[in-house]
This record gives sequence, C-alpha cells and structure tokens, in this order.
Amino acid sequence: MRVILIDDEEELVSTLAERLSFRGIDADWATSGRQALEKIAEISYDIAVVDIKMPQIGGIELKRMMSKKYPHMKFIFMTGHGSEEDFITGTEEAGAEYYLVKPVDIEELTEKLKQVMGWQGGRK
Amino acid sequence: MNRKWDVIGSEGFKFMGKMNASISHEIKNVLAIINENAGLLEDFTLMAGKGQGLDPERLKSLAGKIQHQVQRADRIIRNMNTFAHSVDETRKKVDLGEVVAFMAALSERPASMKGVALEVTPPLRPISITTNPFLLEILIWRCLDFAMAVCGTGKTVVLKTERNDQGANITFSQLKRLSDASSRTWFPQDLENALADSLGAEIVVNESVGEIVLGLPENIE
Repeated sequence: MRVILIDDEEELVSTLAERLSFRGIDADWATSGRQALEKIAEISYDIAVVDIKMPQIGGIELKRMMSKKYPHMKFIFMTGHGSEEDFITGTEEAGAEYYLVKPVDIEELTEKLKQVMGWQGGRK
Repeated sequence: MNRKWDVIGSEGFKFMGKMNASISHEIKNVLAIINENAGLLEDFTLMAGKGQGLDPERLKSLAGKIQHQVQRADRIIRNMNTFAHSVDETRKKVDLGEVVAFMAALSERPASMKGVALEVTPPLRPISITTNPFLLEILIWRCLDFAMAVCGTGKTVVLKTERNDQGANITFSQLKRLSDASSRTWFPQDLENALADSLGAEIVVNESVGEIVLGLPENIE
C-alpha cells in the first residue's frame, strides 16, 4: 500500500509519514495540491490523506481532480474541525472513504488505511 | 442612521466569526503538529524498549520543533487576545502602524488560502490616532479583502502607513486588476462607506496606479 499525505503544514505531514512508516505503511507527503498532482503524475499511490482546507486547491477540489485521472485512488479527508456539516461534505458529497479530525490519532489512521485497502496483514 | 448601524453591526459579527474561525484553525494545526512530534518521541521510546538505539540529536531536534510550535501558538493566542480587547473602547488612541501590522498578521491565513502574500511597510515614526479600534479593524479588513481579490497575478498586496496633514493614510497597493471593469463596481459599497463615515475616514480608489488609499483623521469626533 502506498499513501500520500497532503497538508500545507509540512511538519505535520512529514512526521505523520515517518510514523506510518514505523507501522509498515509506505507513506510520502506533499504540502500543496499542486505538489501532490506533480508527485502523483510520477508515482502511483493507492490512497491520499488530504486536508480539506488548503491554500489555492482545497482537499475536495483536489479529490475531484485526482479521481478523474486516477479512478483507482481512494481518499481520506482530514480537517481541523469536526462539524457535522464538514463530515457530510467530506464523506457523502465528495465521496471520501473516511474523515479524520485533527489532531490525528495515528493508530486510528493506520487502522483506517488498512481497512480502506482491505489489507489483512500482507501487502495487497 | 439606523440602517448604517445595522450594516456595521451585522458585519462586525461576521468579521469576529471569520477571524475566530481562522485563529482556531491555526491553533488546531499547531496542536496537530505538537501531537505528531510527541507521538514520534513515543515511537522512539517504544523502539528503544525493543533494543533500538536512541539518537540524541534527533531527540534534541524534536524538542526544538515542539518549542517552536509552542511559540507559534503563543503568538496566535496573543493576537487573539489583542483582537478580543479591540471592542473594549469605542474611542481610543492607537498606534496606526501597529494596528496595520496586527491586521496583516491576523489576515495571514485568509491571505495564504488565496495564495496572496502581504507586505507591510511601517511608518518611519509612530503615528498615533484617536479612533474606534474595532470599526477601524473591520474597515482595514474590508479594504484588504477586496485588495486580495484584485491583486492579480503578482499575488502580493503592499500595505503602507504614512502620516498626512489631517492624520494618516493606509495605502493598499499593487492591485493590478483594480482597473478591470468588473472590479471597480465592487468597492467601496454601502458597508465600507458606512464604516468610513463612522470613522471620519475617506476611501480613494486610484485605478490608474492600482491603489486604494484609506485616509484617517488624527481624531474622530
């Protein structure tokens, strides 16, 4: 499973990526929608974990752009606020697999990544 | 008269809400980063428990990152506190250069969301004016919000504060799309005119040079 974490806070995504790697998940990161699109054009990722509110290209718009070009990719959204409205926008309207509220619980994220990919311990 | 205050009052609440949402989002980000750094420390100690060595330099770097985020949170909360107290008095002597720098700091996230950079040119000497601090903040925000929408491809808004004969000017410049026909009709509207009237201020839009000049009196009546 290869994951890309996308958030404008570099320290957040780089640290999360390192922690995921300790849990056996190959994780890369990007600090903007544009940088993520460049990386995805070169490397194939299975899942994107995306902050909803980012400068210029927000998470929902980014998902729409990526889903068109890479229909196999799955998405988990992150947000600073866990309002019901955000949850509905993120999961039901934009079609993300899951929705996480910051600060992220690493074990919850690891579990959800594995669930989304139907990972049962071996690499899918 | 009532309509003017209805417009200003309604905008005051919206402005408070927008700034609070922006500040709380930033604090959430700081907490998320501290959480991940603390989590990484925990991961290292768990690995050390299984016999893997601890790198002192890495630990030192993580402690430094946490301290940096605590300082960042402290700055955000100090701004939040200053903002909350701006409604305390309806007439107060303020340092205009400081108010403009404060508004630029408060607007950093909304600007960043639009991909716009804010550059503040402070006055050569401190400029004190007596004004309504909260209404002034709303009016600066309205000018800045519009300036960000019309700054064009340069994506930079320069805010300059200078003394003039009557008081002071705040100039919002590098507004490359200000002369677009569609832009001109947006600004100033009823709200900005009502705020300017309440502050004894004047808004001048200089399309040819891409500037908005907010003229403020030294003392409001």
